[in-house]
Amino acid sequence: MATATAPATPSSLQRLGRIVQDNPIIPLIILLCALVGLLQILQPGIFNERWVGNTVRFAIPLAMLAACQTLTMLTGGIDLSAAVIATISAFVVSTMTPLIGPYPAMVVALIAAVLMGIINGFGIGICRVHPLIMTLGTSLIGTGCLQVYQRYVINTGSVIPEVLEWLGTQRLIGQVPNALFLFIPFAALILWGLRRTGFGRLLYALGANEKATRLSGVRSWQVLIALYVLSGLIAGITGLLYVGIIRAPSLSLANGLMLPSVAAAVIGGTSIFGGRGFYSGTIVGALILTVLNTLLTLLQIPEGARGILFGAIILIVTAVYVRITDQS
Amino acid sequence: MTATLARHGWALGLLAVLVILLVSTRIIQPNFGASGLDSLARAALPFAFATVGMAIVVIAGGIDLSIASIMAVAGVIAAVLMQQMGDANAGWAVLIVLLAGVGMGAINGALIVITRVPDIVVTLAMLFVWEGVALLILNAPGGASAQWMRALVAGGVTLPGVPIEWTSWLPNAFIVLVAIVLIIWLPLRRTKLVLSIYAIGSDQHAAFRSGVPVGLTRIAAYGLAGLFAALGGLAITLSTGIGEPIPGPYLLASVAAVVLGGVALTGGRGGLLGPIIAVFILRTLRLDLTLLSVDPNVTTIIEGAIMVAVVMVGGILAMRGRH
Repeated sequence: MATATAPATPSSLQRLGRIVQDNPIIPLIILLCALVGLLQILQPGIFNERWVGNTVRFAIPLAMLAACQTLTMLTGGIDLSAAVIATISAFVVSTMTPLIGPYPAMVVALIAAVLMGIINGFGIGICRVHPLIMTLGTSLIGTGCLQVYQRYVINTGSVIPEVLEWLGTQRLIGQVPNALFLFIPFAALILWGLRRTGFGRLLYALGANEKATRLSGVRSWQVLIALYVLSGLIAGITGLLYVGIIRAPSLSLANGLMLPSVAAAVIGGTSIFGGRGFYSGTIVGALILTVLNTLLTLLQIPEGARGILFGAIILIVTAVYVRITDQS
Repeated sequence: MTATLARHGWALGLLAVLVILLVSTRIIQPNFGASGLDSLARAALPFAFATVGMAIVVIAGGIDLSIASIMAVAGVIAAVLMQQMGDANAGWAVLIVLLAGVGMGAINGALIVITRVPDIVVTLAMLFVWEGVALLILNAPGGASAQWMRALVAGGVTLPGVPIEWTSWLPNAFIVLVAIVLIIWLPLRRTKLVLSIYAIGSDQHAAFRSGVPVGLTRIAAYGLAGLFAALGGLAITLSTGIGEPIPGPYLLASVAAVVLGGVALTGGRGGLLGPIIAVFILRTLRLDLTLLSVDPNVTTIIEGAIMVAVVMVGGILAMRGRH
């Protein structure tokens, strides 16, 4: 309606819309700054190096898990098993370490993660099952397997490898969390991979128009299998990092990150229908959610109201985003 | 006759599977009888309502990830109201709960239509919202439920003038389920609304061009799903006697039953009969495995594997059909 009645010269709103469309990360950063500002007003002095370090530390596993969602959403899919895969790899690594040592345990944990990725990829790529259903199913199976597995290792106890604790909790330089040593190369790889490699472009192409992509000679099933295996691997690595941060393995360790990881990708501007999205937005989305969580805890809002606010914010941000960028 | 058979082929196949499962239950546990059927039907009741609600939105081409949270809200409203209003006024409490369910579903639908945000995202956000609402209403399990209503879904059927042995094997909960679904769905089935729901599910653009009010139909579909979710929440409260604000495992189970029940996730195809039979199949299977003293965690794995296998085979068959 607005475009039909607009004068020949673009209105300021349209111009704003165009700027936002070209640089979708700008409003996200503004929102992040606004939230931090609000936090600073409510609790003067909270904004310091230490707080920033901690916020970044807790945002990193979320951002990594949200990478699984971003990558799969680019093809029009979703990976609801990512959090369960992370939990599995975290639990396996901490229970296998006393038995076979830290590094072999990490390898075993990542093999388990990749295995789940292969099952997802097989179902989605070859059997053409809807990713939502397929990954829901594998997360159910994975949780069951984990509980059965727990029965067998109940006597071994759990040890978290030192290298993971170092990565998760310690700081080498000032307040900079060590997790950044893992995250910066990881994020750089994803950003570069999506923008510059053939695989990254194939993901966008599959999401934008799968039929056209297939007709141009792409074997989509191979891309999808590789994608879900990659997603499983990322989730597995996230699990390793997360158990180092939390330092208490459990059977539902990372499951609470499931919905926030989807939310981070969605807030970050990745279209759930595929073909549109970028990882830098997801990183800012993860930061926004972490700051928001702090804000809600600080205001001592009861758990119920926090849930309501959390949901409302996801919805409002996405709705505004859809309005601003989809003016056609 | 053959046309009917072909149309309900999948449902009939499921029915056969259910009968085989029930017979094998009898073989595993020779004294499985009326009380076993009764507890099976009562356990299946909330799952069945959740599945019917989910089936309606899936037929309309959507999905409702917040269905378990809506059930939690309805359950706690019912428990709180029944405690405050007493047994005599429990009927009014039920009416309020059902209206609340329709309202919550309609809000979901309206948000999807107004914001133009994908249904998965909207209902994911609403999952948080409704869960929060349930916690605000009742912070910890509590409340009460009317005795006479609890009796309604327990035990076997007794009809005046018919020997009790003839009817008592049929669980009340099952009759309640069938009666409610028939009362709500049968009058609707031939209306324009349900036709429109199938139309927007199979091809939204074609439906729009044929003059179907796409937005309103979508809101109505979600409202209906909310109604069934509220019935499911009510069933939970009636079977446990208290309200539980934390959502149960109904989301996954309902999606599994909808898929197993032959409703296409792409929308527009399927009915309610298949999904309801599928719920009973999944519940009976769980019962059988428990009776065989299989580890409940292994049962979860088997359930998940069945669900995945069903959708995989369905996917391959759909691809074959296209070529």
